[in-house]
Amino acid sequence: MRFIDEYRDAGAAAGLARAIRETVRNPWAIMEMCGGQTHTILKFSLEELLPPGIELVHGPGCPVCVTPVEMIDKAIAVSSVPGVIFCSFGDMLRVPGSSRSLFDAKAAGADVRVVYSPMDALETARSNPGREVVFFAIGFETTAPANATAAHEARRRGRMNFSLLVSQVLVPPAIRSILSAEDNRVQGFLAAGHVCTIMGTGEYEPIAERYRVPIVVTGFEPLDILEGIYLCVKQLESGRHEVENQYARSVSRGGNQKARSLLEEVFRVVPMKWRGIGEIAHSGLALRPEFSPWDAEAKFGVAGLAAEESSECRSGEVLRGVLKPSDCPAFGTLCDPDHPLGAPMVSSEGACAAYHRYRRRAAAEVPAR
Amino acid sequence: MKKDGGFSPQCPVPDSAAWRGEIQAAHGGGGRAMHRLIEKIFIPAFDNPHLRAGLDGAIVDAAGVRIAFSTDSYVVKPLFFPGGDIGSLAVNGTVNDLAMCGARPLHLSAGFILEEGFPLDVLELAAQSMARAARAAKVGVVTGDTKVVEKGRGDGLYINTAGIGIIEHDLEISPGSVRPGDAVILNGDIGRHGIAVMAMREGLKFDPPIESDCAPLADAVSALIRSGIRVRCLRDLTRGGLATALCEIAGGSGLEFRLEESAIPVSDGVRGACEILGLDPLYVANEGRFIAVVPAEEAERALLVLQAESAGAGSAVIGTAGEGGPRVTVRNGMGTSRVADMLSGEQLPRIC
Repeated sequence: MRFIDEYRDAGAAAGLARAIRETVRNPWAIMEMCGGQTHTILKFSLEELLPPGIELVHGPGCPVCVTPVEMIDKAIAVSSVPGVIFCSFGDMLRVPGSSRSLFDAKAAGADVRVVYSPMDALETARSNPGREVVFFAIGFETTAPANATAAHEARRRGRMNFSLLVSQVLVPPAIRSILSAEDNRVQGFLAAGHVCTIMGTGEYEPIAERYRVPIVVTGFEPLDILEGIYLCVKQLESGRHEVENQYARSVSRGGNQKARSLLEEVFRVVPMKWRGIGEIAHSGLALRPEFSPWDAEAKFGVAGLAAEESSECRSGEVLRGVLKPSDCPAFGTLCDPDHPLGAPMVSSEGACAAYHRYRRRAAAEVPAR
Repeated sequence: MKKDGGFSPQCPVPDSAAWRGEIQAAHGGGGRAMHRLIEKIFIPAFDNPHLRAGLDGAIVDAAGVRIAFSTDSYVVKPLFFPGGDIGSLAVNGTVNDLAMCGARPLHLSAGFILEEGFPLDVLELAAQSMARAARAAKVGVVTGDTKVVEKGRGDGLYINTAGIGIIEHDLEISPGSVRPGDAVILNGDIGRHGIAVMAMREGLKFDPPIESDCAPLADAVSALIRSGIRVRCLRDLTRGGLATALCEIAGGSGLEFRLEESAIPVSDGVRGACEILGLDPLYVANEGRFIAVVPAEEAERALLVLQAESAGAGSAVIGTAGEGGPRVTVRNGMGTSRVADMLSGEQLPRIC
């Protein structure tokens, strides 16, 4: 298939792997920020191609994983209000809140629907004028413009039976938080290409400078990731700490201006709680006051809902790159995709789920008859 | 088998209702949740050797003749989709379950659960489609049942079919018959049924449209057996797709199945759709695809036999069985390999 196979070419992969081997002299820990990148690394077993000194540390860039427990509880509470049609990306349905998931709510009778875009939810609101339609607006800078568009359009069209349950997070504050932690061991970053497609690369420059870490904006195909690692290792070995753009076919320094100004119009930056990590200043987006009629938290009175996270789940350490999923005592025993303790075992982009799916080697893995 | 070892029921952490509590969509998804449901509720309740054999149908003895017996229910939405409809699916699904037991399908029953208000002309279209599919599969629909449920208590039309077939050979076709070194043959490109139905349901358009692979497989299986191939195991790749079917065979045989990803046929349309939606074609449902595990030395001949059949024109050897299991591994074009686990719940489109 054109535009995909080119980035999975075996010869080119071998060439990049050789270049990495020839460049590397010291051990390095490199974090890929995005869950999509983690998924590619595990699906294509890219670590098999790397020299042993290079350790890939999986970052918190999985929207499902970092959405706080109370947001899931709020989603379940809203979905259970009679007459509500609750629309969500499919991935969110399996994530456990403090006691239940949206799948459980659906099984108990809530009208929970999987959509592919917030605009589908807006359309559902148009065709169901007698019902309240709520969209679960989660994700990083990547999903934010589409969610902002839905809010903007709802206001423009006066669609009053539509609202957004917003849980948007931002990448740069999370990188700062990881780098400021005492137990941090990440020495270089592969930044998320799609986030930078929207936001550009400029906001990473002060981070690279202040923390003296190389940040390579990287794509999602196997060759993208290998090239990102190569560029990162080259910087590390030569003592440089710059923002480099591996994903130039999609990312420009200024990003997508139109999307950014829409974000500016609809959202304001707020402190945000990250599941497993805790609150990070300036790391979330919330609707601006002029959009409050479309804010589901206010509309359904769930803003005050609080919840405690499971103490058994060590996903915070996994998300900060301090603990490998397979080193977690609960991995594959107390916690598996059927009984997830935490969100990283749920989403296809979650590091624990990716390890569970592609990397379990030890025990018998499939039901025997 | 993976046990719940260590999982305490008093555990304060959230436990998805995928196991305790209520029925969820995942229990019908063909993956691990469904297998657990069968293992924890149905096998203990009905325990007998036929059920425990874990085949697509039961093989029973009827006065010295080996008979295969199978049933399946069809609740597909939409009722009509590119390449098929609930009628053709209801016939081919049961015909294929019988074929996977190595049987020649003979007779089907059909049960219709109809919702008040369902249009008669649509029912007639579905019945005519069943009749056409039955003729093509050389079976008769010889008995049936009709029930009507109140409006709002059904989804228009559900069909159940059951079927019997006769086994005319001495082969023991089951996961337990697979030997290290055996070859895995797949009869064509995967993923078209699941994507065709999903596209129709979600209003996604592909150009050219992706058509379901819905087809009867009994002729292809008969051809293999008639030509003297020592077929070890057969499995159709319905819910849960190729990966789940192979995980089941791996579990039953205790062996490792090693697949070559580049050898697995996937059409450009399905690959593209899967890339966009974040799905893995190895887990997408099919309704006219199966794997045959055969001795390595007979693989070449089996391939020629299958390729001469209409349901096997795209057949290919996609991997081998070996020691080291039970598990399924997939080697990609870059020479690295990954584990293909059984699907947990349903495959869900990713967020970004």
